[in-house]
Amino acid sequence: MKILEINNCRKQFGDLEVLKGISLSVDQGQVVSIIGPSGSGKSTLLRCATLLETMDGGDLIYIGQYASKDDGNGKAVYASDQELKKLRVNFGLVFQNFNLFPHYSVLKNIMEAPVLVQKRDKDEVKAEAMELLKKMGLEDKADAYPYQLSGGQQQRVSIARALAMKPKILFFDEPTSALDPELTGEILKVIKLLAAEHMTMVIVTHEMAFARDVSDHIIFMDGGVIVEQGKPEEVIGNPKEERTKAFLSRF
Amino acid sequence: MTLSTMLDQLSTGMIRSIGIFVLTLVFSMPLGMLITFGRMSKYRVIRNIARLYISVLRGTPLMLQLLVVYFAPFYLWGANISGYRFFAVIIGFSLNYAAYFAEIYRGGIEAVPRGQYEAAQVLGYTRAQTFLRIVLPQVTKNILPAVTNEVITLVKDTSLAFALAYQEVFSIAKQISAAQTSFMPFVIAGIFYYVFNLLVAFIMEKFEAKMNYYR
Repeated sequence: MKILEINNCRKQFGDLEVLKGISLSVDQGQVVSIIGPSGSGKSTLLRCATLLETMDGGDLIYIGQYASKDDGNGKAVYASDQELKKLRVNFGLVFQNFNLFPHYSVLKNIMEAPVLVQKRDKDEVKAEAMELLKKMGLEDKADAYPYQLSGGQQQRVSIARALAMKPKILFFDEPTSALDPELTGEILKVIKLLAAEHMTMVIVTHEMAFARDVSDHIIFMDGGVIVEQGKPEEVIGNPKEERTKAFLSRF
Repeated sequence: MTLSTMLDQLSTGMIRSIGIFVLTLVFSMPLGMLITFGRMSKYRVIRNIARLYISVLRGTPLMLQLLVVYFAPFYLWGANISGYRFFAVIIGFSLNYAAYFAEIYRGGIEAVPRGQYEAAQVLGYTRAQTFLRIVLPQVTKNILPAVTNEVITLVKDTSLAFALAYQEVFSIAKQISAAQTSFMPFVIAGIFYYVFNLLVAFIMEKFEAKMNYYR
């Protein structure tokens, strides 16, 4: 089953064309990594997929339902706010700099959206939140505030916060880029754990070894287009395009 | 005049000063929020109206504004302004302080990182939920030091109500001083202001300490 489908996504900031017609699809249980140099449009693509940016043109489809439909003339026509609100429950996003709510405890960070937005039972959500914290190795931090945690711990809380919404697909926007090198390992471990549980994920990352290990599919982007894509052993192990080779040679 | 009579009269005045202080805060703080929304509106016309409001109210003397608020109904429409004095004081102070609070709020709102809005949006919070639950609590913390400053200034500014001959502590001190050729009333009034401000500063400090549970 296709969880996410993007067709011919285009996005321009002023005169700058950031995305020049990107298409991708993600199946249930698939882990897709997007790699590429800074400014290649990876993050913008993720922001379009999570409705933080509106695409200028293209389709954005979650489980067969259109968030945006190309009108045939290359213009993206978005669904109503009401429908977009319903589509939002399908995905979660883990940010580069966590964006935890500083005035909430760890537990409240995780619990508030399921209770407030999804109107789920508070006790049930709390039990699930504690379960998620345990999975993240943070069960003793439930009452801590974000400033009391290390970057790696904060990022794990933000992953738990996203998971508490029970998304069908989870996006990661360079989840380890704001972390000290010795802390990236703990995040990568968590993502690997999720991959083993067949969580559908799209990961923008600069960690090549990690991308190779965890992904089913790798997309290399440069200059707003997909230059090369395929299985990790093909794209990272044996790249065909010159630009991919040049990029990978730096790692 | 005995000291106790003087103290008695000045205390009555001080209570009126505190009345101005409290009512001004009650009206100017919400009004300031409204002006902030205008100032940050996506519509240029509204933005510019709010900007002009702030510019004029901050750019002209508060005493002049009080006089305008009090006398304008008479000069413009020949209205009977007797009995309007106290209202004019409160309206004048509230309009003026709202302009200052508006700019403090705006600074506080703009200091909340974009990522907070984005995280809330992705989690499905509505715009109102995002503002009330995520942004506003952080704004409150951000702006407390600036608000403390403003509130302390207001305590002292209430003395400007003497311009409309409103019988607050400063007006009364002036009258007693002139009648008794004594400097004592001013000293007492000064002590009153100072003690009240100590109390205000103490309360605001408690408030700031309460918000320090997170960073």
